[in-house]
This record gives sequence, C-alpha cells and structure tokens, in this order.
Amino acid sequence: MEKLRYALFTGCTAKQSTPEQMMSTMAVADKLGIELVELTEASCCGASHLQDYDDFLSLVLNARNIAYAEKHGLTMVTICNTCQLNTAMTKHRLDNDEKLKAKVNEKLAEVGLEYKGTSLVTHFLYAIIDDFGLDKLKEMVVTPLSQFNIAPFYGCHNIRPSELQNETHNSKENPYNPSSLDDLIIACGGATVDYEEKNKCCGFHVELQAPHTAAVLTGNAIAGAMDGNADWMVTPCPLCHLKLDTQTAHASEAIGREVELPVLHMQQMVGLALGCSPAELGLKHHLSKVDFV
Amino acid sequence: MSTQHKITTQKVNFKVFRFNADKDYLPYYENYDMEVTSEEVVLDILNRIKWDHDGSFSYRRSCRHGICGACAIKVNGRSTLACKESMNDMVDLFGSELVIEPLSKKRAVKDMIIDKADFWEKHDAVTPYLVADIDENPESENLISPEDADTLDEADLCIQCGACHYACPAVEINEDFFGPAAFASAYRFSADIRDNSVSRLKDVNEEKQGVWDCVKCFECAEACPKEINPIGKITKLHQMAFQEGIAKNNVAVRHAVGFKKSIAKNGVLDEGGLVLYSEGPAIVKHLPVAFRMFTKGKIVPPWGITKSQNLDEIQKLVKSSSTAKF
Ligand code: SF4
Ligand code: SF4
Ligand code: SF4
Ligand code: SF4
Ligand code: FES
Repeated sequence: MEKLRYALFTGCTAKQSTPEQMMSTMAVADKLGIELVELTEASCCGASHLQDYDDFLSLVLNARNIAYAEKHGLTMVTICNTCQLNTAMTKHRLDNDEKLKAKVNEKLAEVGLEYKGTSLVTHFLYAIIDDFGLDKLKEMVVTPLSQFNIAPFYGCHNIRPSELQNETHNSKENPYNPSSLDDLIIACGGATVDYEEKNKCCGFHVELQAPHTAAVLTGNAIAGAMDGNADWMVTPCPLCHLKLDTQTAHASEAIGREVELPVLHMQQMVGLALGCSPAELGLKHHLSKVDFV
Repeated sequence: MSTQHKITTQKVNFKVFRFNADKDYLPYYENYDMEVTSEEVVLDILNRIKWDHDGSFSYRRSCRHGICGACAIKVNGRSTLACKESMNDMVDLFGSELVIEPLSKKRAVKDMIIDKADFWEKHDAVTPYLVADIDENPESENLISPEDADTLDEADLCIQCGACHYACPAVEINEDFFGPAAFASAYRFSADIRDNSVSRLKDVNEEKQGVWDCVKCFECAEACPKEINPIGKITKLHQMAFQEGIAKNNVAVRHAVGFKKSIAKNGVLDEGGLVLYSEGPAIVKHLPVAFRMFTKGKIVPPWGITKSQNLDEIQKLVKSSSTAKF
C-alpha cells in the first residue's frame, strides 16, 4: 500500500487544553506509517459558535482552511468532532451553491487563495477505518486491550446530521446505533460497553451559558458508562473529552451521584494497543485518574 | 411496461411499549412476532397489532399521508412518522428486533398516545402567527415574492408532529426551554417580510428558555421527518438577534462574539481568553477546575499560544468579510 498522507487540521484544543491528544495523534500516525502534514496556517473553525454571530465570516475562514489542504493536494483530516462538522458543513454548502462559493472566493482572492472543492474532509477515526483498515490495525496490535470494558462515547458532531456526516466517509454510520468506535475498540482487542448515552450529547457547547443542562448531560453519560460496567470511556472528540474528564464535580452534583471514569482519546486507546508508552500518549495530562496502565 | 416489483417478507420481533395511565402503575413491554412485508409502513404494524392482537392498543393517526403530524412515535429510539416510515428501512437500520415506543415515555397517557401539552404551550409562547396590520377588506391577497418566500427556508412545512421536541435533550432537562419546533415556528414568522412583531425575537432570546440554551446536538435535525432542520433555524434566530440589535450583553452572546475577537488576534482560539471575555468577573467560579487543569499541563497562558501562520491573511479576511456587529 502506498503511504497514506493527509493534511492535518489540529484545531485549537489539541494545541492547548488537550496536549495529550496531539501527542497521541502523532504517536499513532507514526506507528501506522501515516504521514500527517500539519496545516499550521489554519485558523479556528469557530466551534459552531462563530456562525451564530457571523455566518459569512465563518464560511470564509473555514474555506480558507480547506484551501490550504487543497494546496497540498491532500484530504484534510480532523481530530475534533466539531472541527469536522464545521469544516464539512462549509464544504457541503460551497460545493452545492456556486453563487455562495463565488462570494467566498471573492474574499479569499484578496489574500491570494481559492476554494476549489478538490479536497475531502474526514475525521481521523474514519480515515483509520476507511483508508488504513481495521484488519490491518488488528494485525499490528501488540498489547490487546482484552482485560478492559471500554465505553465508546461518539459525540454528536461526528454522527449528526447523518446525511452530511455520511458524505465524508465510506463506512455508513447509523446515528441511532453507531458502530465505528465500537469497531475500533474491538480491533484493539477490547470489549465494548453498550449504553444508552453513547450517542448522546455531553453538553460541552453550553457549559458557560446553560451550566445545569450541560452538567446533567455529562453526569448521565458517565453514569451510563459506569452502570454498563466500563473500566474507561473513549472518544474521538477533544471537546467531549474535556467535558467528561474535567467537569465531573459539577456533573456529580447535578445528578446527585458521584461519577468519574478515565476518559481516553481514541488515539490514546489505539496507541496503547500498538505498544506506545504512557508518556508518548500523554496519559499524565488527565484530571480523572488513569490508573489502569 | 410494468416495472418488476418484488415483495419480500421477513420475521420481525416487536417489543411494544404498553401503558394505561388510568390503570397501570408502571409501563411494560408486550412482544409480538410478525411476518412483515417490504411494502408496509410502521403504521401498518400498529394497525395489525390493534386489529389482530389487542383491540385496546392505542395510538394516534389521521391523515396517513405525513401531513397531520399525529402519528409520530419512536422506533428503537428514533423519532419517526409511523405513516411514512417504511418497515424495510427500519429493518435495514436496526435489524429484526424493533422497539416501538411513544415519543416521550414520561408523557405517556395510553400506549403510543402522549400528553403534548408542553409542546403546545411552548408553541403558543413564540407568537406563532403573523403580526401585521391587516386590511379587513382587502382587494387582493397579501402576496410575497418567491425570493422572500425562500427566506423562510421551508420552516413553513412544519406539521407540529413533535418528533424534534421530544428528541431534544435540552427540553428534557430544562423545562422552560422552548424547544426546536417552537424555534422553527418563531423563525418561520420572524423571517416573513409581512411580519411586524417586536416581541417574538426578544422572547426567543430570553435566557433559560431561549435559543442560547440549545446544546447543538443536532438531534432535532436528525429527527424531523420534514427535513426542516430546526437547529438551522435556531442558528438563523441567533443571527437575527444581532441584525436587529437585540442581542443582550450576556455570557452566551459574548461567547459567540468572543470567537471572532480571538481569531482576529491569534488566528487560533485563546481558550482561556474566551472564557474570561464571556464570563467577565464570574470567571472565578471556574478557577478551581482551571487550577487543576493547570497542574496537569492543560492550560496554555496567552503568551504561550502558537498563533496561526500567515495571521495577516486571517486578519485581513476578518476585516473584509465581517457581516455582523455587536
Ligand atoms: S472546534 Fe474547537 S478545536 Fe476545533 S477549531 Fe474550533 S475551537 Fe478549535
Ligand atoms: S457530544 Fe459534546 S463535544 Fe460532542 S458535539 Fe455534543 S456537546 Fe459537542
Ligand atoms: S440541537 Fe438544540 S434544539 Fe435541536 S435537539 Fe439539540 S438542543 Fe434541542
Ligand atoms: S420541525 Fe419537524 S420534527 Fe419538529 S414538529 Fe415540525 S415537522 Fe415535526
Ligand atoms: S397519520 Fe398524519 S402524519 Fe402520519
């Protein structure tokens, strides 16, 4: 197989509050022989909030990010659900509306760029599943995670709206019964935990504006995983990770029950199975205790 | 020429929610094994349960054409219009064990029938009609141009089925929250050029019940059988608040605006700066967690942030492409 190459849109979180996600992404890509060309020119995607204020500006900025991936002639890979949704939504709108695309390109031309629509945008989770292949991953596992019950937490912005999401990868995902992350857990040798909240929202985006709603959602998610007998949770989204890992005090208070579990990024899980060291995977950067390695 | 049309059948196990609020202390599930043909819709199954198995089984339906909105229920947790949803698609999606439930179990009155009072109260609360000076003896209809009709973005196709409302997690947790259907209605009328309401947009921007408490989960977009995309309308209501100059200076509004400020400065987001700008002095409540995060190397100070390369491009675009003011 030819070496897989992608343009990596890191997003802001991986560079700030989840450094362990950045480290483990690079460690895993290295093990798998995937080359990630970091888009250092990229701006923030607006995290689904900027468009509430200024839709056009959000489109222009996201189109600019994609334009840089196009310059490399590479598929853009994201490592954050919300980055994925914002970027894919921008691409969808521009690819289906010539007028809007022309308006956006008029602005990009001011800085010598053009959005063409030639690069795909996909989440690293699906790049691993679709392009690398889980069978091949399975063969490379050196430390099967067979003693663990692992609860997948999908995160809204990778599975909904499904019509848009399913444009960005080959393996169809059913938003009411998603399977990609379960498949990844199984490929790493782990046992998956089935629980009601696995495809629900963690509340991250309203943590400041609706703290009670946000805390209840977080609490329910962790409680569901605990009741399913999970040893830990795993997520493809650094925002879900932040919410589930750092907000356990509020969550416990909101649902009247102590909840806490280790929450790993999917890259950390894959890294463990591939034999990366805890240090390479940044396991010390978690608030909830990661005491099983 | 007649097209080849092959009807297939298969065995499906239905686990059906049963409850009679007048008699039962708790709901229970009844099992029905049935041969299902590829031609059938979910409503056919409900009918067969009633006609062939248990005459007391209750559900709502009227039009059988996806117009009245009465028949919305959940199949394996997925909101659906029973009269429109093909059994084939359900089996494709979930396999041969299907769980049939009302839209909201806690509001169940009898089997699939729920008390939708909260839905209608919230619908009422958003002034769901045109507010306009109407000539009581008009010479002609009060028409709008096709372009102006387009701005409604099909919000007028809502059939009030409630599928989105009872899929919304914010509605379940915060009982004041208006919910996606009410917001779609609010958008439908506020976007209409004939409308002069001043209160509606203010009402939907109120804290706790309003648009800013939407958690952005897209459950409503997924659930809507009419593809109305309620969260898309919520986004537009946010934007209208800025356009009409009624966006309040509160934490939610500053949070949205804060992204632009941060991007203009660094290209990337300054996470700590955003929280500080959004919360103001109230940031103190986040300090205990922030301190723990800091000790784990999860907080980058403003001076440690790696700015985007070619930041000048981003800054130029922020200047030239901005369309909103706060
Ligand atoms: S979604 Fe978050 S991580 Fe992704 S670019 Fe936007 S702010 Fe950064
Ligand atoms: S699960 Fe959490 S982080 Fe993911 S989209 Fe929903 S709120 Fe955002
Ligand atoms: S996106 Fe908002 S309105 Fe829609 S279901 Fe989620 S919280 Fe409710
Ligand atoms: S927006 Fe869609 S799901 Fe919600 S009530 Fe209207 S038709 Fe039903
Ligand atoms: S019976 Fe009227 S919408 Fe289904």
